[in-house]
Amino acid sequence: MSENNITSAPRDAQWREDLRKKYSAKERTAIQRVKMPELDPDYRVTTFTEEVNQGLTEEQALVEASRCMDCPDPQCVTGCPVNINIPGFIKNIERGDFAAAAVVLKETSALPAVCGRVCPQEKQCESRCIYHKMKKQPVAIGYLERFAADREQQSGTASLPAMAPANGIKVAVVGSGPAGLSFAGDMVKRGFDVTVFEALHEIGGVLKYGIPEFRLPNAVVDVEINTLSQMGVKFEKDCIIGKTLSYNDLHEMGFKGIFVASGAGLPRFMNIPGENLIGVMSSNEYLTRVNLMGAGRPDWDTPVLRGKNVAVIGGGNTAMDSVRTARRMGAERAMVVYRRGEEEMPARVEEVKHAKEEGVEFMTLHNPIEYRGDEKGRVNMMLVQEMELGEPDASGRRSPVPVEGAIKEIPVDLVIVSVGVSPNPLIPNSVDGLEVSRRGTIVVAEDSMKSSLDDLYAGGDIVRGGATVILAMGDGRRAAASMAKALLD
Amino acid sequence: MNKIVEKEHFSEKVVKLVVEAPLIARSRRPGHFVIVRAGEHGERIPLTIADADIEKGTITLVVQAIGDSSSKICALNPGEYLTDVVGPLGQATHIANVGTVVCCGGGVGVAPLLPIIKAMKQAGNKVITVLAARTKDLIILEDQVREYSDEVIIMTDDGSYGKQGLVTNGVEEVILREKVDQVVTIGPAIMMKFVALLTKKYEVPTICSLNTIMVDGTGMCGACRITVDGKTRFVCIDGPEFDAHKVDFDEMLMRLRSYN
Repeated sequence: MSENNITSAPRDAQWREDLRKKYSAKERTAIQRVKMPELDPDYRVTTFTEEVNQGLTEEQALVEASRCMDCPDPQCVTGCPVNINIPGFIKNIERGDFAAAAVVLKETSALPAVCGRVCPQEKQCESRCIYHKMKKQPVAIGYLERFAADREQQSGTASLPAMAPANGIKVAVVGSGPAGLSFAGDMVKRGFDVTVFEALHEIGGVLKYGIPEFRLPNAVVDVEINTLSQMGVKFEKDCIIGKTLSYNDLHEMGFKGIFVASGAGLPRFMNIPGENLIGVMSSNEYLTRVNLMGAGRPDWDTPVLRGKNVAVIGGGNTAMDSVRTARRMGAERAMVVYRRGEEEMPARVEEVKHAKEEGVEFMTLHNPIEYRGDEKGRVNMMLVQEMELGEPDASGRRSPVPVEGAIKEIPVDLVIVSVGVSPNPLIPNSVDGLEVSRRGTIVVAEDSMKSSLDDLYAGGDIVRGGATVILAMGDGRRAAASMAKALLD
Repeated sequence: MNKIVEKEHFSEKVVKLVVEAPLIARSRRPGHFVIVRAGEHGERIPLTIADADIEKGTITLVVQAIGDSSSKICALNPGEYLTDVVGPLGQATHIANVGTVVCCGGGVGVAPLLPIIKAMKQAGNKVITVLAARTKDLIILEDQVREYSDEVIIMTDDGSYGKQGLVTNGVEEVILREKVDQVVTIGPAIMMKFVALLTKKYEVPTICSLNTIMVDGTGMCGACRITVDGKTRFVCIDGPEFDAHKVDFDEMLMRLRSYN
């Protein structure tokens, strides 16, 4: 299927030609990039569920859409892991047909309202925008994507994408995070009978347990999941493949293809003294308690430790989510402790900006080396080693080295360790003959996402070890394309 | 949603629930546990599977009302539902014919011990079981334990039933009397700690089954982590059974008080 070339908004459509003539390049490039309306920082640290980014108004979206030059060879599309027809949807916004814009998004993305919020557009589509060549800020593709997707969600008349007739072939998806949902959407569109198995009691994976509501509301995720249900995708919660049902059970149940997207299960710790004290926990635990289990909200049973002085260890998006959650849970001093410099931080620039606005302290070039606790075993002190940047390492980043003797004691009562995750071993351990890397990831062919077993494909963090929502979705799409081909040919 | 089909009160605070869970009934082995949740705003808590009936598609859980969540589960009646039951989780018990096995349990720990007693007996071992509780009313599952044990020793703190003393007194009595090849202990952490100290002294290999705080139960959160032989391990996926002589019980006891 070469569906990347099939779109409801081709560039040579008459309406697009007309739109291109509407303004000159000079007029378009004279417009300043839109600013995302945001909640006031003082207010937003008092609310868990209200989104920081409020979304563009219709007026803002129309103006921003008119900045897009509708390039003949749009590089933004090549920067998108799922190759969304970006000018196609933006030009639909420009002409005021928001529903058509959403249709274009859904041609290639099962979760546009999610991607519009959490994709690192600045490193993907927007990084390739023609505006960079003019030393101007790129078109706000992410904001526009969110606008079109939200408009459709709010209209209540979400269109279902075009579907192939049912082919009766059963395929199973392991995990309901972004890779699994994206795969499920693509397969059901192709006419397959799709069942998604989820280990937790909620569908959505990291979109639910990991990313906080102030960045991605659960209601937004649920609309996308409901759309998939309406398209015929079946969801089985509380079912762990490799435990509740085995790989062989799936065969006996008639599944002809299995896509494993079980995510990055295991939180890493640093193996430093005091890491098992009460009050030191993984970001997975902290975020799951708050996001999935409702800890901190009235009438929910799950508890969570609150701290006045909270340190979050790490510099990724999960660290930012954790520290901003801690602020909302009442932390007076919330710190990010990161061993490299701010420039090396893997977190999105926007997340760092939002965290700073919310009063988060950034202790860069510092690394925890020990935690100490009181007589009850509760953490009350963190020893941090000051670092400086040395020579570039294998990743090209300058590696941090300790500054001899520069060790500080910092009072803390909650430490959230956010230094990465390892792949969940449940599937790799339970399927005979499956090739697994030394790091525990499932080995797949890059183009097809097929594993060493003929009917087992895999994608997302179980293959990558820790990546982004959109890369996981791209994996789901590629796996769907190649599995569909294998099963239909 | 999993229907409760049967309920029995073992004591005021300990109930047995038989719950519909056909897939788990089929795939569980001795030593496995499940995570359950009661109510849409409920907490996820781990419970070891005490028994299963593949034909009826049910599993048996024994629950002690300690906190809010376990009390909520204990209050459920036949015909009502657990919101979620997921599993079987953890590594199954390694069952082998080693000779003489002493299985010792305290409180509700006897429930998860029962399938191990059964499997150890069926594997050809001589099984001596030591049941311990504060008082007579808290001794549970005695008849079922007797069915699969060559000998049962009952210990109560107050001497109201069996012999007066702690579980360790009963275990030591057996070790001094005959050659014991393995000890399996399940119960409160403090009890397992002292069983481990005792059997270490006599150099009898000992397995303990740990019940720590968990959230997801699949390795995702690390709330259940403990130190075994100086290394951090996750009870949910590396356990729940470990070499009792290598577990840092003091750290585990401390971590169990995280939310007290």
